[in-house]
Amino acid sequence: MSDFLSANLPYILTGISVGGQYALIAIGYTMVYGILRLINFAHGDVFMVAGLVMIYTTASLPMYISIPIVLIATVLLGFLIERVAYKPLRSAPRMSVMISAIGVSYLLQNCALYFTGGLPQTYPSIPWLSSSVTIWNATTKMVTIVTPILTIVLVFALAAMIKYTKIGMAMRAVSKDFETSQLMGIKINSVISFTFIVGCFLAAVGSLLYFTNYQSVIPTSGAMPGLKAFVAAVFGGIGSIPGAVIGAFLIGICENIIKGLGLTTFSDAFTFVLLIVILMVKPTGIFGEKATDKV
Amino acid sequence: MGKKLNNALNASMRNPLNADRRTDRFVGIVLLAVLYIVLFLLDNFLPQTSFTLMMIPVLKKGAIYSLLCVSMNLLNGFTGLFSLGQAGFMLLGAYTYAIFSIPESQHEAVYQYFGGGAVRFSFSEAIGSVLGANAGSWLGAIIAIIIAGLVAAGFAALIGIPVLRLKSDYLAIATLGFAEIIRAVFQWEGLGVITNGSNLLRKYTSFSNMKIGSLSFATLFPFLIVTVCIALIVLLINSSYGRAFKAIRDDEVAAEAMGINLFRHKMLSFVISSFFAGVGGALLAMYQTTIQAAAFKTAMTYEILLMVVIGGIGSISGSCIAAFLYTACNEWWLRFLDSGHLGSLSVPFFRDGFRKVIFSIIIMVIVLFFSRGIMGDRELSFTGLMKRRKAKKTAQPEERGSENA
Amino acid sequence: MPEERTVLQVEHVTMQFGGVVAVNDLNLTVPEDKIIALIGPNGAGKTTAFNCITGVYQPTNGIVSFMGKPIVVAHPTGKMKKTYKGTNADLYRHRRVIDPTPDEVTALGIARTFQNIRLWKSMTVFENVLIAKHMRAKQNVFSATFRGNAKEERRMRDETMALLKEQQLDKFADELATSLPYGLQRRLEIARALATDPKLLLLDEPAAGMNPQETQELAEFIHEIRERHKLTVFLIEHHMDLVMRISDYIHVIDFGSEIAQGVPKEIQTNQHVIDAYLGVAEDE
Repeated sequence: MSDFLSANLPYILTGISVGGQYALIAIGYTMVYGILRLINFAHGDVFMVAGLVMIYTTASLPMYISIPIVLIATVLLGFLIERVAYKPLRSAPRMSVMISAIGVSYLLQNCALYFTGGLPQTYPSIPWLSSSVTIWNATTKMVTIVTPILTIVLVFALAAMIKYTKIGMAMRAVSKDFETSQLMGIKINSVISFTFIVGCFLAAVGSLLYFTNYQSVIPTSGAMPGLKAFVAAVFGGIGSIPGAVIGAFLIGICENIIKGLGLTTFSDAFTFVLLIVILMVKPTGIFGEKATDKV
Repeated sequence: MGKKLNNALNASMRNPLNADRRTDRFVGIVLLAVLYIVLFLLDNFLPQTSFTLMMIPVLKKGAIYSLLCVSMNLLNGFTGLFSLGQAGFMLLGAYTYAIFSIPESQHEAVYQYFGGGAVRFSFSEAIGSVLGANAGSWLGAIIAIIIAGLVAAGFAALIGIPVLRLKSDYLAIATLGFAEIIRAVFQWEGLGVITNGSNLLRKYTSFSNMKIGSLSFATLFPFLIVTVCIALIVLLINSSYGRAFKAIRDDEVAAEAMGINLFRHKMLSFVISSFFAGVGGALLAMYQTTIQAAAFKTAMTYEILLMVVIGGIGSISGSCIAAFLYTACNEWWLRFLDSGHLGSLSVPFFRDGFRKVIFSIIIMVIVLFFSRGIMGDRELSFTGLMKRRKAKKTAQPEERGSENA
Repeated sequence: MPEERTVLQVEHVTMQFGGVVAVNDLNLTVPEDKIIALIGPNGAGKTTAFNCITGVYQPTNGIVSFMGKPIVVAHPTGKMKKTYKGTNADLYRHRRVIDPTPDEVTALGIARTFQNIRLWKSMTVFENVLIAKHMRAKQNVFSATFRGNAKEERRMRDETMALLKEQQLDKFADELATSLPYGLQRRLEIARALATDPKLLLLDEPAAGMNPQETQELAEFIHEIRERHKLTVFLIEHHMDLVMRISDYIHVIDFGSEIAQGVPKEIQTNQHVIDAYLGVAEDE
């Protein structure tokens, strides 16, 4: 047992850390789905853009300015995407909105391709986060330790916000019943915008942590983490924030253990196997609620 | 046989538009024949210019993408199942085709890391040794293409059992997941003796092998296969089963209450669509002459989906038009955006990738403002065009009249 | 009614959603060639009862038999064993559960219409009826694609046209189903149900949204199709007019449970019904 631990500790540590980063992305998916019933395929790409913005701003600005810029720019991007690409389709069939999301994803990736010229961009090392630490003989970066802690803190902050603030209450109402909450005078559009803002803020934080680990950004960097985060959200029961967080940690850890076993080709596929298993066994996820349609 | 089929076709269309349909079919067949002749001439007798060098690949790829779009439209547009597994089925088709088409003598070179591979059988070669090399390429390719489709269809039948019970967006994400799993499995070194791991498959029969005597059918061949496949899909859509698919799309609950078995019909649509996706994948493999599992990413599915949307969800002719337009813009007409200059003018922001940016903006505009695409859910038809022209002609004087007033 | 054949028999059917009992211990018999009505105020559980019969919902408990054969058998299972609030929990415990899908029920010969009209929106009137013929066709996907079923296809089209003529919908054959006026859409839905060759026709509030004259026509229409297609009719209705005029026998439910049954005359004078239902209806 201790042999297994000491051999796999680096992988488990990375797994927990990556899991935390997935969790930050997954919350964006799960909140948007909870309210709009939309898989926001562009969310992973927003995450990638946050990485690129960091690279370009640090080229000319000091770190303490560029980090807030990254957060603000990502939030703005999320807000804009919602207003331009999703809001006009509010009454359109669900498939159209999903296609629009895929279109946005395509656009963001192509813009990134244009600006980077297709070359991998090196992510700047954030001073304290990139420094090495040693735990039980395993050397790792500070970010590995910071991520899970920061994730948990942010999730609790978010949960408190949803539970105790007015906008949080509105979000819960809208996710329960879109039309009725509209009739009750909730400003749907501002609630939706706020959801995107929160989701993108968390994705931006996630990207700071994630790319500190992976060090380079390419236009498709966001696609896989995005999909995995979405699977985490489905696993946890889409619409449920604690579910998404648990799912994300689980996926992060399992995926890195699989890498540790030397089956790197299957580390991505594992996520989808998990997805299909959960969809077959309990399609509503571990914390999901069952919905019945009326005939 | 042909006449009997034709009679049957006519008999089945008992409604007032019968005469129009017959005209359309006639015009369609004539146009298709003209197209075939032009392509044949293009392959063999017309001089190669820089123009034809650009156009021929676009034509081939456009034809292949037409089939892929139509097969996706069958599922997404006509049956209302939002599936994102297309790339996975294409991969299955492409690999099946390639594996059964690499000649014995090339195995050592292709599977150099896997001891020459396990499947040392090529349909083209086996048939070629009996009937001669040309017949071998033709028959071998066609058999391998059909098997490619069958493998994709068989796999669809397997994953359809769990997946098709899911609702819209869960179905999308589950099919997408399966496509990713397939991609990972095909890249796995453990299956390397069959799939060549993450390395390329190459040296199999391609379009340039399609010859009769010294006459080349390199461009005509994909068109022949694609038109046959699309014709089959059209026949299916206009049959009783096609109507049942549309009923499921329009209202599942009503369809079920009217005795349509949802699972069976969804499965049928899924399997048939996957069959043609597999065939499309095989043709793509022939076109590219080399294939690699890593290339069959979700982005490929998205691209096909966007083409379907541009053409109009629920329109076969729309899908075909969009596939050719998209390919032509992507590979030919919008190339200048990447070149750094416009005519003799140097435009600094026209550099690599700008074409794709413009392209995706156009797509977003279509998705947001012209969500019905080029054709909506209508079909292009000769009589339809004629009627529109007539209507325009009669409408024009009136318009002028109202302007005067 | 000893000599009459029973078409549909519903025994102890209970439907519980979570903690809510939508239908409680429903028992009724639909004899051949009769028109039976199930009435009750809004939210009484009428449509839920229909959905239990047609396989849309799996009831929590009870048996539905059609032509003497059980088609739906259910008893509380799993979590429901503990939370079940209805009666007769153990009555069918040893019976094998039968949970058909709606298309299987339709294939047996039970066709239905919907309260909120559910026509196929992108299709013409003709196609709407033609598709309902799909279930009874003997073709397979290959023969249909390669037109080996030409004879059958022609027969289906001819029958569809005949059916449309009979319902006086033939002049709208090539129009979109949704472009028809409301009353005709209802009639088309009935025509579509008839196209599946049913023995029993379930009508879910066929007169909803109709004016008195349309209701009058509907009553005649229902009689007519019953004669012509040798149908048994079981309907849910709100319009007392229609129900009293055409039904042979009426069941009244409120809050999921039956409060009265009898021939129209009896129901009209039944105090329970007047209290629970008629008072409400007169307000409308």
